[in-house]
Amino acid sequence: MDLKDLYRDVILDHNRQPRNFGALAHSDAHAEGHNPLCGDRLTVWLRFDGDRIADIRFEGKGCAISTASASLMTEAVKGKDKAAIKELYDRIHVLLTEPHAVADASLGKLAALGGVNEFPARVKCATLCWHTLNAALERSADAVSTEE
Amino acid sequence: MATALATPPGNFDAERVRRDFPILQQHVNGRALVYLDNAASGQRPLAVLRAVEHYETHTHANVHRGVHTLSQAATDAFEGARERARRFLNAGSTREIVFVRGTTEGINLVAQSFGRARLGRGDEILISALEHHANIVPWQMVCEQTGCTLKVAPINRRGEIELDALLGLLSSRTRLVAVAQVSNALGTVVPVERIVQAAHSCGALVLLDGAQAVAHAPIDVRALGCDFYAFSGHKLYGPTGIGVLYGREELLQEMPPWQGGGEMIRTVSFEHTTYNDLPWKFEAGTPNISGAVGLAAAMDYLESLGLEALAAHEQRLLAQATAALERLPGIEIIGTAAHKAAVLSFTMRGCHPHDLGTVLDSQGVAIRTGHHCAMPVMTFFDVPATARASFGCYNTEADVAALVAALEKAREVFG
Repeated sequence: MDLKDLYRDVILDHNRQPRNFGALAHSDAHAEGHNPLCGDRLTVWLRFDGDRIADIRFEGKGCAISTASASLMTEAVKGKDKAAIKELYDRIHVLLTEPHAVADASLGKLAALGGVNEFPARVKCATLCWHTLNAALERSADAVSTEE
Repeated sequence: MATALATPPGNFDAERVRRDFPILQQHVNGRALVYLDNAASGQRPLAVLRAVEHYETHTHANVHRGVHTLSQAATDAFEGARERARRFLNAGSTREIVFVRGTTEGINLVAQSFGRARLGRGDEILISALEHHANIVPWQMVCEQTGCTLKVAPINRRGEIELDALLGLLSSRTRLVAVAQVSNALGTVVPVERIVQAAHSCGALVLLDGAQAVAHAPIDVRALGCDFYAFSGHKLYGPTGIGVLYGREELLQEMPPWQGGGEMIRTVSFEHTTYNDLPWKFEAGTPNISGAVGLAAAMDYLESLGLEALAAHEQRLLAQATAALERLPGIEIIGTAAHKAAVLSFTMRGCHPHDLGTVLDSQGVAIRTGHHCAMPVMTFFDVPATARASFGCYNTEADVAALVAALEKAREVFG
């Protein structure tokens, strides 16, 4: 059990200074995520440009893993469409949960979450933001379909 | 206070006690285990493990059901455990000792049996703001079922029940007061004698949640004067899945059964069923026999340590840990009541309780992090969660030092 592998510099940096933090004015969709077991709460706001995410921000209270994961996620998904986001999340999920998963270079800074793999109790901390993003994306899809 | 505690009454040798607990003789994450999660669950001494093993290897059969030798031996062991629990609580009769799964089931039994039969619109149940969910939710359920109202006495910033406010909420409408004797999230020792007296003078009954109290001080339900008292075996170094509900005999007598089945009946026909005597009326189905045997052994063990000397030992550890944490920068202790049990809830600035839990675990130190099944307490103190170190009979000054060193490690990681 290596603490430095879990709390890598990138994680600590994004925990101390989360990027894209704070409410997004004029958002197209938002969703709230809550992990009742640990009390973590976060809100994700989205603005679209066509089917791509033009802007994304988040706000919330959580542990270092949950805050850094959300911060890294906002940087990674900006400019991507829903299919690309799903593909990215699937790879993150493998990195977090599959035995002996190794981050490939294409994950960029998100690879810093690889240490969570050794700490099963903390996986849900890292995935809360992704579930919240999915909820916001689904809500925006609902909104589009009701308008049609 | 610290000086007075420097020479505790009685001789308490925690190092020797430690050797009675096989689970503590291991390394976790490469470090000697420092177990400071006793408020969640205590560990089992060899005496308990052996009593359960002996029962399982020599005695087991179903109870109250057969004429064969083992059935009688198992019944004797089970009913012997009931007598042991009666003595532990100083109850008047074994008819007042109902075996349950734990505190939660004991409170639910009272809520569903007493509550549903006797409460209605206009009646009030009074609890406090420091309760565990197990002493909140069962009452909310019975309020929904019967139309009675739940009242909550507030706490102050130290985590003590505002006694004047609680007394002010008592009235002729109050039918039952349900409070913890010791808060699991904050460690506050509640002045329950005063509450029992005031509640009784209003004609209300009192249920005490003793989950966090039983392992730390002698309990005498007749001296307390309470009407119901619930606790779990695993908090006092016994097995999980076994606990006791004490209820005054005349109350239990009048209360309807809450679960139907075998054991709780006298005669059954399709037209009419008559119920068994106390306490079996409340024990439908085959009980946790080995659990009861283990619980009795745990009570023997705990009393052999000397509860007064143990309490003094734990108070000394609490005082040392409190003083040490107060010296650490960025640590805030949540729950600073004048009278506390050996529970230390805290937060560290810049380090979420879950990160703290992970760092401490990496150093072999097991603490609880989270809301401690007391979300209203977390809301009151405006924290999402806390870290909680809780001490038991096998903890030593070295454990306090390990806690402090691990917290310094967390400060190093989180800067």
